[in-house]
Amino acid sequence: MTDKMVKKADLNELLNRLLEDYRVFAPVRRGDITTFQQISAADEPDFSCTNTILSPKSLMLPQSECLFDFTLEKGSDMAGIMREIDKDYSPRVIFGIRPCDAQSFQLLDLNFDTSPYRDPWWVRRRHHTTLVGLGCNVPCSTCFCTSVGGSPFAEDGLDLLLTDVGDEFALQAITEKGEQLLTKTGIDTEPSAATAKAVLACKESALGLMRSSVPTNNLEKHDATALFNADFWDKVQFACINCGICTYVCPTCWCFDIQDEVRKNNGVRLRNWDSCMSPLFTLHGSGHNPRNEKLQRVRQRFMHKLKYFVDKYERGVACVGCGRCVEQCPVNIDIREVVRLMNQFKV
Amino acid sequence: MENPYLPYPVRIDSVITETEDRNLKTFKLVFLNSEDSEKFVHRAGQFAELSIAGKGEIPIGIASSPTEQGHLLFTVNKVGLVTSALHQMAVGEVMGVRGPLGNWYPWEEMDGKNVVIIGGGFAFTTLRASIVYMLHPENRSRFGDVTVIYGARTPGMLLYKDELAAWDERDDIRMHITVDASDDPDWKYNVGFVPTITQEKAPSAEDAYAIVCGPPIMIKFTLPILSELGFPPERIIMSLEMRMKCGIGMCGRCNIGTEYVCNDGPVFSLDQLGQLPNEY
Repeated sequence: MTDKMVKKADLNELLNRLLEDYRVFAPVRRGDITTFQQISAADEPDFSCTNTILSPKSLMLPQSECLFDFTLEKGSDMAGIMREIDKDYSPRVIFGIRPCDAQSFQLLDLNFDTSPYRDPWWVRRRHHTTLVGLGCNVPCSTCFCTSVGGSPFAEDGLDLLLTDVGDEFALQAITEKGEQLLTKTGIDTEPSAATAKAVLACKESALGLMRSSVPTNNLEKHDATALFNADFWDKVQFACINCGICTYVCPTCWCFDIQDEVRKNNGVRLRNWDSCMSPLFTLHGSGHNPRNEKLQRVRQRFMHKLKYFVDKYERGVACVGCGRCVEQCPVNIDIREVVRLMNQFKV
Repeated sequence: MENPYLPYPVRIDSVITETEDRNLKTFKLVFLNSEDSEKFVHRAGQFAELSIAGKGEIPIGIASSPTEQGHLLFTVNKVGLVTSALHQMAVGEVMGVRGPLGNWYPWEEMDGKNVVIIGGGFAFTTLRASIVYMLHPENRSRFGDVTVIYGARTPGMLLYKDELAAWDERDDIRMHITVDASDDPDWKYNVGFVPTITQEKAPSAEDAYAIVCGPPIMIKFTLPILSELGFPPERIIMSLEMRMKCGIGMCGRCNIGTEYVCNDGPVFSLDQLGQLPNEY
């Protein structure tokens, strides 16, 4: 695959060329917060932020999305019948996504792109999106990607990888999609020997800067019901206030709700992010609730990511080690500590 | 790409009020498009999402047998937003059906075996589908003895009363209909809770499968009796309920451990459930 380089001063020109062929999404700073936004030629992306507060999951699974629309107009042939909605599936690029977030999309493919059912919106968005990753020279103190199968410069799940080597970005195409994008940028400068060396140095130094590591080696060996009944859940859940911020910021929390909304005679069927932290998430019509207690909900979130997912797909944990939940939790529940407890569990 | 969230449009063909409290109605639904009807091929034990535009969707067991062609039956208890709206709907109105969803009773395994069906209250819907399926002339010879134990609180709370009476007249199915209590002097069937009647009638476990559907309290007291009668856990079959949205294993709420009740279930053997966390 091809390697190129671009001077930082020429990056805007590169983005402008991409804007001719793609809708471009990149981290943009608004006020104190950097989030992934669709950019225009006037926007200046912010590549200094290692982890955006929100993961870019909303670009694949919008926080709220119309699935169908319908009319309730009496006498209409279509009254009460769901209709598919046309959406923009033109090519787009997520520019500057971190390797962990790109990896989260691959994990979510296991849930949304299945046999026999394929989630049509997820699958189409994945198909028409090119992921240009930005390696993490300085991982955050809460990052632990190397413990969960990733790394600050992991290529898996990316189409193209950028490395910030000071005055320039090195570009490394990883997939055919990445090659195509690279061609469209028109960049023709091969990386110099010094740049190539700097890229290697960045990768090596980033690994050295990783401050947390947690063992996950025993998770798949444990008996799920024994782990489910472990005593430590009571301690883990004690401080939790069920606010749900962990599920909100998590790139691998995909649970959703489906609701209808009506205004006058027209309505839509919506899909909204949902959270296992809410008791309503599992409340039966009868009033029975299998996860009525906070402990049950907290346990479900960790067991799902760190045990059920591991057992169901045999592709490791459903966590990419981005550390967002660690940073955002108002009562300092730390998933790394929970992994440790689960991993070292003895019956 | 097929959109698994898009319901098939159907028309309400008839509505039958099943119970004396008028809280349970059976809806007969007919597909608006014949090609949808051809695509909807189900097995007894599966469910579907009923969709009412503007209200939402609910997962409901399919009460009609695959052998009953051209329509679907759903018996719905009035509980929440969608079921209440459905109970208000009239013949001729259009709604949606999405499915069939989930797995089914283990018909392949049960081939050539005796089948004991134990049901309580309004959880008799997919059991009705199963009975109609087994009694169909093409299928009856594939099964040994068919025994049914079905109970409700009162005679007026039994579902499918005409069919129960008709099955009771047949000699190729053993019916044990029961009620918790009755002040009807003409009541000619059993009086007693389902577990008690199960113990009394003691269906043989030899070469037999038991399919059990009912309220949690009935299941709790029936399972030990089935064990006493010699039914091993892998031949006690149950169908679970959960709050669901997508019905296709994606929205994440109906799991018991690794298993999504919508997609990996709703049918599980007691043996399978014994290996999962006790959270349902």
